[in-house]
Amino acid sequence: MHEYSIVQALLDRVASEARAHSAFAVHRIRVQIGEASGVEPDLLETAFELARTGTLCEAAELEIVPVPAKWECGSCGAEIGKGQILRCLPCERPARMVQGDEIVLERIEMEAA
Amino acid sequence: MCETCGCGDPEVVPIEVQESLLSENNRQAGHNREHFDSHGVLAINLMGSPGSGKTAVLEATARARESSGGLIALSGDLATDNDASRLQAAGIPSISITTGSACHLDARLVHRALHDLDWHDSEFLFIENVGNLVCPAIYDLGQAANVVALSVTEGEDKPLKYPVMFRAADLVLLTKVDLLPHLPQIDVGAIEDALARTMPNPQVIHVSATTGEGIGDWLDWLEARKSAESAVVT
Repeated sequence: MHEYSIVQALLDRVASEARAHSAFAVHRIRVQIGEASGVEPDLLETAFELARTGTLCEAAELEIVPVPAKWECGSCGAEIGKGQILRCLPCERPARMVQGDEIVLERIEMEAA
Repeated sequence: MCETCGCGDPEVVPIEVQESLLSENNRQAGHNREHFDSHGVLAINLMGSPGSGKTAVLEATARARESSGGLIALSGDLATDNDASRLQAAGIPSISITTGSACHLDARLVHRALHDLDWHDSEFLFIENVGNLVCPAIYDLGQAANVVALSVTEGEDKPLKYPVMFRAADLVLLTKVDLLPHLPQIDVGAIEDALARTMPNPQVIHVSATTGEGIGDWLDWLEARKSAESAVVT
């Protein structure tokens, strides 16, 4: 389950931001998780609950913003729906993913002296 | 202290980060990629289910070339070094990356293993990932291409069930095709249809490590990829 590795990267990044801003507690963390990112929000939360003990994030709220997957033709911009062949037939061009693969740390709210 | 109202409460500072949580891995992967490019080595991240035939394809690759010279491998495994031993026996210098409980390789593990392998003069470095259709897909290792081994016995809808893995693939090796005469229920067209719904530009080569079918096409693909990569790098 790679969600543990993702949470470890999250905690490391938050810790370094906290050091840089002389913060002593973290209130809230907001992440974006794409529907097609390969990261399961529920598992991410479970991993976060387990890994945050004894860290600055001990009492922090983890807000997960889901991002739906979206494909479109790289040429004409027509949307290619979920489950469809990932190709624009009129343009004969492969589709490209415009959103949905995000594994992004968006924002941290920290308590600073 | 809070300066807004003078209440004495600590100040809550919002920090906008807007950065991938994989950025540290991606930075390390970029470093690996620079190493590979500077030595003209084409690195392939070979992924697939446990038992999909990743090791067998590499053994067949060594057999099909005049000599196995120029091939080298890193093999990710939870608990054993069996795959690296098989590759070694096939003439491909290999070492194992034993991941313990980790379900995937990451760029740091690959970088560390590179120090123990004399890879600089090889043509192709195969990084055989841990057998798993989920976790390895999101970790960049510094490879030039992702190749996924999918065996005909795995079920036609595997690409639909594991879309992240197949979306990341530059090439799918449909393995064990010598078994197809014994599997009348398997519709190869359905597998290819599922791939077209998960890969924007599906490239598929049918191979059998047992009979050698398709291995020549796979070697051609590797050579073409290497030429294209050298053209970009130089």
